[in-house]
Amino acid sequence: MRSFIVLGLMLISFAAQANDWEDRQTFSGATPTKTLRILSSTDTSLFKSIIEGFLVENPDVSVEYLVTGTSDIDNIFRKSPNDFDLVISSAMDLQLKLVNDGFADKIDQINHPQWAQWRHSLFAFTIEPAAIVINKDAFAGYDIPQTRQDLIQALRARPDFFTNKLGTYDVRQSGLGFLFATQDARTSETYWRLMEVMGALDTRLYCCSGEMIDDLVSGKIAVAYNVLSSYANARKEIQDKIEVILPADFPTTMMRTILMSKTSENTVTGTEFIKHLLDIQSNSLAPAESLLPALVSAPSQQTISLEPALLTYLDALKRRNFITEWERAVIQ
Amino acid sequence: MTDTAFNTVQASGSLRKRLMITLIGGTAILALILFFIVRGYAAQIAQNGQDSILEASVSSILDAAILRDGSVEIDFPYASLSMLDTLEDDRVFYAIYQDDELLSGYATLPRPQSVTDRAAFETLVFQETPVRLASASRVLIGASERTEISVVVGQTQDALSGTLNSISRNVAAFGAGFFALVSLLSFWATATTINPLQRLANAVKRRGPQDLRPFDKAVPVEMVPLVSSLNTLMGRLDQSLTQSEDFIAEAAHRVRTPLATVRSYAETTLVRVTKSENRAALRSMIRAIDESSRAAGQLLDHAMITFRADHLDRQKIELVALVQELVTRLEPIAQMKDVELQLTAPLPVEISGDPILIQNAVRNIIDNALKYSPSDAVIIITVDAQDRPKIQVCDQGPGFPPDEIATLTNRFARGNNAKDIVGSGLGLTIAKDVVAAHDGTLEIFNHDKGGACAVLSF
Ligand SMILES: Nc1ncnc2c1ncn2[C@@H]1O[C@H](COP(=O)(O)OP(=O)(O)OP(=O)(O)O)[C@@H](O)[C@H]1O
Ligand SMILES: [Mg+2]
Repeated sequence: MRSFIVLGLMLISFAAQANDWEDRQTFSGATPTKTLRILSSTDTSLFKSIIEGFLVENPDVSVEYLVTGTSDIDNIFRKSPNDFDLVISSAMDLQLKLVNDGFADKIDQINHPQWAQWRHSLFAFTIEPAAIVINKDAFAGYDIPQTRQDLIQALRARPDFFTNKLGTYDVRQSGLGFLFATQDARTSETYWRLMEVMGALDTRLYCCSGEMIDDLVSGKIAVAYNVLSSYANARKEIQDKIEVILPADFPTTMMRTILMSKTSENTVTGTEFIKHLLDIQSNSLAPAESLLPALVSAPSQQTISLEPALLTYLDALKRRNFITEWERAVIQ
Repeated sequence: MTDTAFNTVQASGSLRKRLMITLIGGTAILALILFFIVRGYAAQIAQNGQDSILEASVSSILDAAILRDGSVEIDFPYASLSMLDTLEDDRVFYAIYQDDELLSGYATLPRPQSVTDRAAFETLVFQETPVRLASASRVLIGASERTEISVVVGQTQDALSGTLNSISRNVAAFGAGFFALVSLLSFWATATTINPLQRLANAVKRRGPQDLRPFDKAVPVEMVPLVSSLNTLMGRLDQSLTQSEDFIAEAAHRVRTPLATVRSYAETTLVRVTKSENRAALRSMIRAIDESSRAAGQLLDHAMITFRADHLDRQKIELVALVQELVTRLEPIAQMKDVELQLTAPLPVEISGDPILIQNAVRNIIDNALKYSPSDAVIIITVDAQDRPKIQVCDQGPGFPPDEIATLTNRFARGNNAKDIVGSGLGLTIAKDVVAAHDGTLEIFNHDKGGACAVLSF
């Protein structure tokens, strides 16, 4: 019951902040005649160089880049698919459901490996593992945990120290957090034990990777679980303060995806943009132009695959069950 | 005349074509039927494959349904939808109902109505695409309540139609191969079937005109009636030919014998009669009898020649020997007239032709020379093969009447120099017809130094 109220509150807050973008920037080419509207969950700083590169080749375009959370993106786009040309999100399940529900345009002229696309409509352009990120100072003199099991032991060893100093996604708010959590839970029971331990230590809950990293750097928290390694690695100035650990037991890995709205009026430009993006990202040797991790070939077993099963945890009953269980473990 | 009748035989269709069309057309129809049957069968198998996966998905969701504290929980496994992953990334839809009230999934997804308690399948259009749907239901029984859970799972048919298309392509290629192979076979079959007919036709064509023996080579059963009727026909033809040859000989004999009798009576009577006007009457009677006899003989010869020329029986003959034999036979008549027959033939000359006809022609020419040249003359006969094989007969008589020379070879044409000489006007006609039947020519002209010349060239 409680979860229903939380869900309801979430929905109301989404509606209210529908147009409160986390970031909103317009990049203009030399002689813009048309505007490409991109709805994205990726920070502008990581995408800036890609957009600028695109505008050099297409001076008649200007790009409006709108950033918000993954769940928000799903809500906003479903409500007004006409307002946007491209949708970029790290929540693979929500993206796949958009395609499955017929919101995306099929682009046959793009040649992309089978495992990195779905229905020629959803194209993956990064491979990014979820990481445990720690504040180095907090572990001075202690072993650095390499697996979830290690982490559980480390937390249990110093409960007083870690109380209130842990962070993870609030799966009720973050689509990506929900995806990581459900995939973790699907792979191993260890996830639930870790959540119980973190819940007992009053873990803080975040909407986004960025904020978690900020709090890690400031020392407000000592450990962040399921943070996007790419965000942590992208910030060069903080590398001496934090350490990014890819869990050795199983690194849950997601692919960032892009789709074109079926109702887009800029299909040619949109297709060009997707091609430009995939070209840069598929060049695994040196994605110099991009701060995003490249789309390396041969995804590991832990890479979440683009398949209809991603709809499973989006099912109302399944989601309700999962969140109830998660709250029972984390919020207590 | 008979040749043209045979050449205008009406052709209606061709056996070969009819056979080919039947075989190839039949094969085309067979190949088409094969294509549709295999394709239909493949479509059914492919559809069954999709149905069984959909059914498995439905039942795995149903299996996960439990009643806990009066409320339904369905914690269906990841595999329920994962098993629906296809190469073409087909879209997947589902809906879960509790007693006809939507619990979760796609609210507008149509529900195939299950008639039995087994799963129901149906292909319906959802979101503008054909979607294959499977549905089934299950009753949950709790402490105090009963509730029915029904589940619909649907999937688009992109992979299915992809599979079907590739099957269709393969089956079409197979069908085309089958068609090509059978077409080749039918060419072969047609050829072997038609061959005996062709062989029979060739055998008939190769036969000489006089060859009317029955065919004794083995033929396929189906041709036995044709060949046996042909044999009967030829038997009858042979018989009637023999009969007409016999008739001609018989007729000649019948006419000549009474004439000879009449002539001998007239001669005996002439010896006894003394009155000069009676003697004159008898002489002209004898003369008329000679004319009639001659005419009957020449007419029958001419008829025989016309008949043999139609069925020319060519064989190898040596002209010099042939002419020599004739000269020997005519020698007594020449001696009676004090005429010398002089044959000049440096080398043997061989041609192919009917010896009876050629003999007849040459005899008529030499006969003319004897008849129209004076006594004590020489008739020069030359046989040689310069340019073409030819026989030339020249006499030392008065020659052909120059103003009539163009028409003398016509039937019954006689010159004005022949008034007192017995004849029917058919001699040159016979000679001309004979050389014409051998694709040769007859030339008649007067020699510079006087005398008539006739040349038969072959
Ligand atoms: N050697 C010849 N010299 C002169 N006239 C000739 C000679 N041969 C034929 N003719 C002329 O040509 C005519 C036709 O000759 P042809 O042999 O056809 O008939 P025919 O001799 O009169 O009768 P038959 O049928 O008995 O031979 C003769 O009537 C005669 O006038
Ligand atoms: Mg004559």
